Amino acid sequence: MRQHHHAWRIAGLTIVGTAIALPLVLFVLGPNMPPGNSSEGASAQVRDNTVLLVVLTPFTVFILAYLAYAIAAFRLADGDATQDGPGIRGHMPSQIAWLAATTAAVLFLAAFGTVELYASNGAGGGSGSDPIARPSGKVFQVQVIGQQWEFTYRYPSYGGVETAELVLPVNQEIEFHVTSLDVTHSFWAYELGVKADANPGVDNLAFVTATKTGSFQIRCAELCGLWHGYMFDTGRVVDSATFATWIATQQQQFADIKKYLPPYAPTYSPDPPARAG
Amino acid sequence: MILRRLIGFNLLSAVVLGIVGFYVGWWLGNLDTSSNLAYFADTGQNDVALFTAYLTCILGFLTGLGFLKYPINRMLGKPASLREKETSGSSRYFGLCTDHKVVGLQYLIGIGVFVAIGGINAMLIRIELLNPTAETISANNYLTIVGLHGTLMMGMMTSGILGPFANYLVPIMIGARRMAFPRIEALTFWLLMLAGVLLMTTLSYGGFPTGWTGYAPLNIEANMGIDSYLVFFVLVGVSMCLLGLNMLATVITMRAPGLTWGKLPIFVWGVVATSVLMLLAAPVLFSTLIMVALDRTAQTSFFNTQLGGSSYLYENLFWIFGHPEVYILALPGMGIVLEIIVVFSRKPLWGYRLAVAGMLGIALMSWLVWQHHLFVSGINADLRPFYMLSTELVSLPTGFIFVCALGTLWRGRIRLEVPMLFALGWLFNFLIGGLSGVFLSDVPSDVTTHGSFFSMAHFHYTIMGGLLFSFFAAIYFWVPKMTGYAINQRWAKVHFWVMFIAFNSTFGPLLVIGFLGMPRRTVTYAGYLQGANTWVSISAFVLGASMLVFIANFVWSLVFARVPAGSNPWGSKSIEWQLPSPVPVENFAELPTLDGDPYPYGDANDATPVTSAQIGPPA
Repeated sequence: MRQHHHAWRIAGLTIVGTAIALPLVLFVLGPNMPPGNSSEGASAQVRDNTVLLVVLTPFTVFILAYLAYAIAAFRLADGDATQDGPGIRGHMPSQIAWLAATTAAVLFLAAFGTVELYASNGAGGGSGSDPIARPSGKVFQVQVIGQQWEFTYRYPSYGGVETAELVLPVNQEIEFHVTSLDVTHSFWAYELGVKADANPGVDNLAFVTATKTGSFQIRCAELCGLWHGYMFDTGRVVDSATFATWIATQQQQFADIKKYLPPYAPTYSPDPPARAG
Repeated sequence: MILRRLIGFNLLSAVVLGIVGFYVGWWLGNLDTSSNLAYFADTGQNDVALFTAYLTCILGFLTGLGFLKYPINRMLGKPASLREKETSGSSRYFGLCTDHKVVGLQYLIGIGVFVAIGGINAMLIRIELLNPTAETISANNYLTIVGLHGTLMMGMMTSGILGPFANYLVPIMIGARRMAFPRIEALTFWLLMLAGVLLMTTLSYGGFPTGWTGYAPLNIEANMGIDSYLVFFVLVGVSMCLLGLNMLATVITMRAPGLTWGKLPIFVWGVVATSVLMLLAAPVLFSTLIMVALDRTAQTSFFNTQLGGSSYLYENLFWIFGHPEVYILALPGMGIVLEIIVVFSRKPLWGYRLAVAGMLGIALMSWLVWQHHLFVSGINADLRPFYMLSTELVSLPTGFIFVCALGTLWRGRIRLEVPMLFALGWLFNFLIGGLSGVFLSDVPSDVTTHGSFFSMAHFHYTIMGGLLFSFFAAIYFWVPKMTGYAINQRWAKVHFWVMFIAFNSTFGPLLVIGFLGMPRRTVTYAGYLQGANTWVSISAFVLGASMLVFIANFVWSLVFARVPAGSNPWGSKSIEWQLPSPVPVENFAELPTLDGDPYPYGDANDATPVTSAQIGPPA
């Protein structure tokens, strides 16, 4: 009969703990989860993080409550250390309940993640050169070129103009084309919730719609050699008028050097291919 | 006699022949490539010579240890030397010895040394990260330190449980006198030690910039220092593969009469599951790295995109090894934790079959998840839901292990001795590790956390908070059995509490720092992360200090204090505790029959698996 007391107390602790933790997770922690709401992809990530936290909270509270209760209630203070506890070798109902609960949580999370992934066109993640999940409407293409140790950007709809700074128009579906000239890099626009590996010879797409103007951090997130730690940059999201002025200036500056650059292409291959130092 | 010891096959002659071999190989390699000066004249490096040097060094080292003596003698029809079967003397620990208990202790100390070096690297990383820019350590040295830390820890701790504890305990637990292949057992140890030393030589060749993952094509353009990394992991891979093979052969063929699969101690099941992964995953690793070596020397282009290779191929192959690898690190720890919770709750293992299913399930699932390391790489983007599902499914068998641990605690007679503290610490840390893993498995969430300090903190929770805590649990639990001497418990408790608190104070904030936008392996970070990084560094130094407490206590207890531990200090009913401490050379006077329950707690007859008459010391 005594074990029923233990079970009820642990259940009580779990319910009370969850009742306290869930509102905090749902209304305090969740909405403030990174990477924020600067883009639709980022908002999708925040939503995902919140749902994950909500699903994980009861399990976490249960295990911690159980551990704390077990240590407090079953601890042998000064008793006979050679005397055995009860010879319990399992309890099928609890095992089945545990299996059912974890399976339900896992299947829900996988289904939710899949729906969210497709609904948000990859949630800003690198999606390869021809993903199923992509925006249906018109997109604004921007190429991101990684090389040791900087990113440069090309705008194919403006004659393939190459810039050293990333500027994006707000509220427009952007289609990033991420590639590399040498080793593997990873283009991480933190506030926009975009991360896509830059592989040599690969055109890696990532979709994002920035919803707020302002600046965002860009970092290389894949170890790419000596100055990897210094491969960072700041990008800007601006309104369409500012963008038009900016891109016009860039085109003007670009006119002189255009003849030295290869024409815009999904990927680039240095010629001749050589072993780098 | 002493002279004979010094000039025979031992560590000394191995080191001498290894160094001689290195320079012979270096000379030969230069001879081979000197006709093709153009190949390396422009870069000042000669990978062919270095690889040849490493190969001849390995050959010289193994010859010096006497590994060729047995096969050559037998081929010539001469009787095999019995030197490697010596039963006493401390010189056994410095050469080829086929006693599984000697190999276990060799592994414990050898791996300990390299893990300490890896730990010093971690301290250097945290010293540098006190500043948001490279100030104390240059960018190049920082990358080498990061690479050495990761490579040493992954390479060495892969055998961190199986090397010391499975080699020592599995033959005893299954009622055998030795491993199935004792010479291979010794070989796995010495290959691992040589690998560690050769990795250190990278410092002479400029270090390597790739971290432990060694991604292509950075590994092809890197300078000669990466050759040390390649040779290290190839040797570690061979060692792992042979270790797994040996364990499987031992458990399959050498179990005592009556010891059916359903009666194996759960630790042995953990070892079996791990060994399957080691045997199957390690070949992928070393063949991949040999392909990299060919790319660097023979001008093949497996991974060089610009010459028709594929960097994706490397990423795929590496993680096909790499994901089973992380379960190779986790599984034996689960076995240890369950064993220890049983003893200190004085109850049978709750849900034995569920725990076995959990371990085998993890071993199986570990093959189906590797592309979650490549969620944003652009590879097979439409397969991401599958890998998301398979990755999240791993939490089911992992949950089995948890529920078995929790169930064993249920109404137990819990004693918070030091091994139990570490086992409970494992439960807490691995819980955090598992929860953070759910975020990484979810693709939208992974877009931000991928390659950030979040994923770094996640795998430190599972590897350091998991593997290393179970490693220490095993040390405090079994080293008294292995050496015959008790470890001071007061200082052991100090070690636990400082380590547990400092560990969480280090890696908990790192989860947050990752979410806030700090990528891994960068020597710089954004200014707003300064405060958090300072906190983490200070915590990490305290964590490092807890290791010093451990080392001091360990050395003091085992070398100076030497308090006899007694044969069964924890009151365990498992078979290894029914033997004297340390366990005698032949383990059992006569081979036991193990047809009893492995966990006979709480039963009316209070039976131990064997009667004491059967397991006395050899006559």
